[in-house]
Amino acid sequence: MSTAIDKLKAEFRDAIGTSEFRDNKRVMVPAEQVFDALKLLRAAGFDFLCDIAGIDYLGYPDATDRFAVVYSLTNLATGERLFVKTFVNDPDPELPSVYSLWKGADWMEREVFDLFGIRFPGHPNLQRILMPEAFQDHPLRKDYPLRGHGERHNLPVLTRAES
Amino acid sequence: MPLQLADPVCAPADAGGDSEYLYTLNFGPQHPATHTTLRLVLTLDGETIVKAVPDIGFLHSGFEKLGEDLDFNQYVTIVDRMNYISPFANEVSWFHTVEKLLGIEVTPRCKYLRTILAELARISDHLLCVAAAALDLGGLTAFFYAFNEREKVYDIMESASGQRFHPSYLRVGGMMTDITDDVVQKIRDFVKTFPKALNDLARLLNKNKIFQDRTKGVGVLTKEEAVNRSVTGPQARASGVTRDLRKDEPYLAYPELNSAWKVVASKGGDCLARYLVRMGEMAESLKIVAAAVENIPSGPVNVDVEGKVSIPDKTATYRSIEGLIQHFELFMWNRRIETPVNEVYGATETANGELGFYLVADGSAKAFRARTRPPSFIHFALFPHLIEGHQISDVPAVLGSLNIIAAELDR
Repeated sequence: MSTAIDKLKAEFRDAIGTSEFRDNKRVMVPAEQVFDALKLLRAAGFDFLCDIAGIDYLGYPDATDRFAVVYSLTNLATGERLFVKTFVNDPDPELPSVYSLWKGADWMEREVFDLFGIRFPGHPNLQRILMPEAFQDHPLRKDYPLRGHGERHNLPVLTRAES
Repeated sequence: MPLQLADPVCAPADAGGDSEYLYTLNFGPQHPATHTTLRLVLTLDGETIVKAVPDIGFLHSGFEKLGEDLDFNQYVTIVDRMNYISPFANEVSWFHTVEKLLGIEVTPRCKYLRTILAELARISDHLLCVAAAALDLGGLTAFFYAFNEREKVYDIMESASGQRFHPSYLRVGGMMTDITDDVVQKIRDFVKTFPKALNDLARLLNKNKIFQDRTKGVGVLTKEEAVNRSVTGPQARASGVTRDLRKDEPYLAYPELNSAWKVVASKGGDCLARYLVRMGEMAESLKIVAAAVENIPSGPVNVDVEGKVSIPDKTATYRSIEGLIQHFELFMWNRRIETPVNEVYGATETANGELGFYLVADGSAKAFRARTRPPSFIHFALFPHLIEGHQISDVPAVLGSLNIIAAELDR
């Protein structure tokens, strides 16, 4: 574990921050270096991409950035976990796609794009996955309301004559 | 602005002059072999599948958004409805994460009870997966044999929690109530009778010529691909990845029961291997249940009420001032549980693979963000890779072996 983080620190100098809570070890990487950092970690033994989670920090206590994306990595040989966290901001949140490193990232990135509106340049097929293709918003953003009048009221109604 | 009907998945492929003979077949979302609402757009060359494009989202109901509005105890009803084939395992995973965030360790009795019921849920899930796969391949009898046993697991869940399908049985720091002796007796009976039923099921399918022909060599997933595509659970273990969170990151009572069971894995990687791994896991799960049910520690199921997280039982609420105060402290909107302003990832091994929650807490009793790592979602992304090049009749075999639960897939 420490060797992988040491390698990361040697490569990126001051750009890396670390934190720890319970048994979770996290490294904070700037958005422009996240691809290289993940590539390095993959070579250092963290060969399993467990999950990609998007978070919207709007209204979170002491938050300075709007969005975070957390890559959960696992070292299958030793069973260690490492969480790589990176922050992105409006107006154009985007992160490089890691599809070229892990094919498992395909749908995970599509989901983050769908629900948070964070784009992943380099993804082979970045489309909405859970919401309908013509949907306009990104529902897991904090400024998207939980309840109230929404898009359902505007859904086109097919009549018998048209169908 | 009104929405436009759009269907990019069905957009005609750029068919060149020499691929005009390809045709497109729409499979689902309402189709007997999908069992739930999945849609596949298959491009066929005769009966061979050239390209498969899954289209999901029909059951999307915003579980994660609801998780930001309901408190930790309320969200258990939603978690139940993710993988509704083994809802208890989802509850274990959710409260494992919440308790990790709060830094609580549940009582030894609670650990054992959760372990036993989670393993029964795993058996129930594997039974359904095996039975439904057999049903789709023409083996109707196996379906009835398996569902007979699932009823017994439902009976145990009903006796313990009051509900058969969605128990909503766990609470932060413990469980809704303790179990009765009747439940223990039912579990003991199940441990006695299940091996025979499992053996019957194995005799119906293991050497069945039709079942073998339709699953052997179909949908092969190599170990490298399994790791690269983030596959976990029986699907990964059938491809030679031996990781099992119950052994590798032991939680609940698994450290104490470690010697009672072994991880089941195979190198085959095809549908038959996934079936055999599931059958093996049911036998191993039963060993865990058998070892645990005879060693349930005595004592309370909830952590001490002084810790201000567990709901006091009704006797304490009605008969003692401390219990009443504690009850109100936990249920008034301006009090409730206090959480650290931090985030944590917790995962457990459910029947389908690693079910994890990335929980961000902002100090209140609700999650600020409750990200689910749903195994079905990640496994369904595999489907085009597994099916391309096979026949159209292999679709139910591969779907059945992946055990896709649409409620968990779409959340």
